[in-house]
Amino acid sequence: MLSVLALTSVVLLSLASQITAIVVYTSWEKHALVGSDVRLSCSFFSWHWTSPDVTFSWQYRPDGAKEGISIFHYGGGVAYVDNKGPFRDRLEFVGNPSRRDGSILIKELDFSDNGTFTCDAKNPPDIVGHSSSVRLLVFEKVPVQAGVVTGAIIGVVLGLLILIVAIYYLMRFLVARRVFSLSMSKHGKKGKGKEGTQQKQIPKVPPVFISF
Amino acid sequence: MKDKADLATNLKMLAILVATIVLHLTDLTILFISTCANAWRTHGESSYDLWYDCTQSNGGYRCLWTSDADWLQAVQALMVLATIFCLLSFIIFLCQLFTLVKGGRFFFTAVFQVLASLFVMSGAIIYTVMSPEWKKESDVYGYAFVLAWLAFPLTLISGIIYIVLRKKK
Repeated sequence: MLSVLALTSVVLLSLASQITAIVVYTSWEKHALVGSDVRLSCSFFSWHWTSPDVTFSWQYRPDGAKEGISIFHYGGGVAYVDNKGPFRDRLEFVGNPSRRDGSILIKELDFSDNGTFTCDAKNPPDIVGHSSSVRLLVFEKVPVQAGVVTGAIIGVVLGLLILIVAIYYLMRFLVARRVFSLSMSKHGKKGKGKEGTQQKQIPKVPPVFISF
Repeated sequence: MKDKADLATNLKMLAILVATIVLHLTDLTILFISTCANAWRTHGESSYDLWYDCTQSNGGYRCLWTSDADWLQAVQALMVLATIFCLLSFIIFLCQLFTLVKGGRFFFTAVFQVLASLFVMSGAIIYTVMSPEWKKESDVYGYAFVLAWLAFPLTLISGIIYIVLRKKK
């Protein structure tokens, strides 16, 4: 009975691993300032355990170019960074392959680094799958995101409005209470009748008998 | 005789009230249209600002977000605030109509309406000052821009009326 179950599960797993494929994840877009460093993250999902033969490779295709060049490769436990191309001495491997992280760090960005970076990960025996791309945009000045200034102005003004209204009602409440307690101490029992009318008169706008 | 005089004053008061409400609602409508319609600048079949650039081509619309100039976002905020304050002043007016002491002035309504007029004035001024370097030579100002400038004196007049108006005894 147990052996039948074990056999079925093995067969099902082997079938499943043929249906599913490796899925690679990267960011969609990365914005960075010229001269700064940017970390391009790459991870993958696979039904198999992380193999010691896992490989990561990064390709770079500049904006407007037709083909990309290979700039990074990790395989057999060794990371190979670009030592001839546009990223020589600027590329660093900051990932952790055993944790399925194949991220790279690019230092001292320039406008010529604008382009698409493609990460391809393979986890033998899971080698079938799509690679994933991240677009790098290098700015001189980080642009204001849509609606940040708008939202800030609206939020501040409405906040101030609510604050002013709250303070106004608080002051009115305190003044009314203070008058009440003062009159209590002065007149004692006799004052209670007077307070009732006094409290009612203070909050409302006093009638102004000036015609317009 | 006295009844007729009373009736006349009552009708006059009612007419003033109705006129004030109509003016306020007109302000509100103008502000809404000016804020929401995307037609501060037009060029043939394209309309630009306040929210996105739309071009009509081949029977369909192609829209992009306006490039986010800081001042354009400030204009967006000011227009939205003006509309909110105008709406608030209308609600406060309705409240004060029933709760105010007889003979009292519609102070809060006036404050909110005047603030709304100041916001729409600031928004319109900022847009007028900054847009010549922003728009292309062949663009003309659209109807939403005109409505914004129209909303400013109307809301100011409405606010002043509320300062002067007093609740009937």
